[in-house]
Amino acid sequence: MINPDLNLNLKWESGDKSSTRAGFGDALTQLGKTNSQVVVVTADLKDSTKVNKFADTYPDRFFDVGVAEQNMMGVSGGLAAAGLIPFCSSYAMFSPGRNWEQLRNTVCYSNLNVKIASTHAGLSVGPDGATHQALEDITLTRSIPNLMVISPTDYHQAYRATIAAARHKGPVYLRLSRENSYAITTSSTPFELNQPQLLRFGNKATIVASGLMVGEALKAAEEIDAEVINLHTIKPLDITTINQSVTKTGKLIIIEEHQRAGGVGSAIFEAYVQAGLTLPPTKHLAVSDQFGQSGTPDELLEAYGLTWTHIVTAFESFA
Amino acid sequence: MSDLPQIANNLRQLVVKMITQAGSGHPGGSLGLADIFATLYFSDLFNLDPNKPNDPNRDRIIVSNGHVCPVWYAALAAKGYFPEPELETLRQFNSRLQGHPHKDFSHPENNLPGVENTAGPLGQGMSFAAGLALGFKTQKLPIKTICFTGDGELNEGQSWEALMFVSKYKLSNLTYIIDRNDIQIDGFTHDVMPLNSLKEKLNAFDFLTIEIDGHNFQSIQSALTHNSTKPKAIIAQTIPGKGVSFMENKFEWHGKAPTPEQLKVALKELA
Ligand SMILES: [Mg+2]
Repeated sequence: MINPDLNLNLKWESGDKSSTRAGFGDALTQLGKTNSQVVVVTADLKDSTKVNKFADTYPDRFFDVGVAEQNMMGVSGGLAAAGLIPFCSSYAMFSPGRNWEQLRNTVCYSNLNVKIASTHAGLSVGPDGATHQALEDITLTRSIPNLMVISPTDYHQAYRATIAAARHKGPVYLRLSRENSYAITTSSTPFELNQPQLLRFGNKATIVASGLMVGEALKAAEEIDAEVINLHTIKPLDITTINQSVTKTGKLIIIEEHQRAGGVGSAIFEAYVQAGLTLPPTKHLAVSDQFGQSGTPDELLEAYGLTWTHIVTAFESFA
Repeated sequence: MSDLPQIANNLRQLVVKMITQAGSGHPGGSLGLADIFATLYFSDLFNLDPNKPNDPNRDRIIVSNGHVCPVWYAALAAKGYFPEPELETLRQFNSRLQGHPHKDFSHPENNLPGVENTAGPLGQGMSFAAGLALGFKTQKLPIKTICFTGDGELNEGQSWEALMFVSKYKLSNLTYIIDRNDIQIDGFTHDVMPLNSLKEKLNAFDFLTIEIDGHNFQSIQSALTHNSTKPKAIIAQTIPGKGVSFMENKFEWHGKAPTPEQLKVALKELA
């Protein structure tokens, strides 16, 4: 049963899809209107990271550094030190991929108020191939002190997360997708950073997902009577909501569009150990130490084991 | 103004003392830049008030070649930003004088007063300074940004990304001071990675480039005050280890602490 308190879109499976990057871009344009301190920096990816509307509306607060992600991160740090709230946008492969050390030392070690918005995370980038499919960015970001890591599931949630990120003082990483996702949340769905959302009630297992994987989790949950938790805030990680659900269902399934090493699964396992809790029987669906390749998002998610049917199979394999 | 040489000499003494005490650190560039640091902090050319280290309108001195922080710390202490005895804590556990400079913008109360940026990994302060200057220009704030960088630092690709960017946005409120001492860790810069005609390179990036003797106070001041509608780059020819004969022009002293015996000799020469 879908959680009635969250004003979710009950027709999500048949409704129009949209992308988290579009939600980010629209929220940014809104922020431009309401907050004169918000500025945007991009590295020659204005259109595909969806900052073009902001650029057209507020040209004096938009800066294109060219294909230079290391400089983009440093410039963003300087803009923050001058009292502004910079959002810097690129693809996750290049930011934090290319500029990880600038993110760590210039921005996070200095605790600067920079928002790192990175689209094209995960396999669902599709035909561009493995060079552009960031499967390591959660590991890279959640290991840096002071940095908050957010992975919204759909357009509306990305919109809300962007507004919340601007309000939060300190560095924030926004993990966004190129591909459209199901519109599961609505503009009236509550959103709080750090607060995982229990989207669906169930009894037989708890599925934890974020980003595009939330739709897969909800589909599988219909089949297997599972609870679904949307872990939009990966760091800091709130283990209480997950553990409460697992205490009831007895089984945990984690699915993520990311390498197995160091991502959402790792974060949850670490949190269990840290809290002195015992992990229930668990299945972890992730990319298994492989690179991606060209293909449609559907083909890739199928080939790498990241669809709702894989969740069902994983559930059936519990001893 | 006339006592700048004396102030610079005092900074040099503080530098060799604190690095010896710490047992590690970078004397070469620190000694080479003492004359320019003395000019920046003691000649009233800039809006810098040790009693108001967080004044939003202060000019910003950024050090991108963070390993020369001993001379930065020495200048700040000598100017009165914090008490001089704290210099003895350089590189020690729990000290505000980190081995490479650190500033926490969310917790200003923990910072060493006067330090304006985190630095050490080369190239990063150059982008940071560019962002600062752009931020001030965007907000129409008449604040100047001065950024130190090294010649070895210009090996970093990020340095040139920053230079292109500064040129694109015509950040005439920004001045880079390049410590052209021809040394870096592995040897002479002309051997490790030659920069050759650096002035021509910077001019090609549309900077106003001024080459000076980094130990001539008059040249330093006139380069700093030279009006420019373009971003400015000052190539300061300096002698690494300047003032301590056994360190001068020796790349081995880029990042090595003197022994207590060597300190005695150094202090005698700097007296
Ligand atoms: Mg050098």
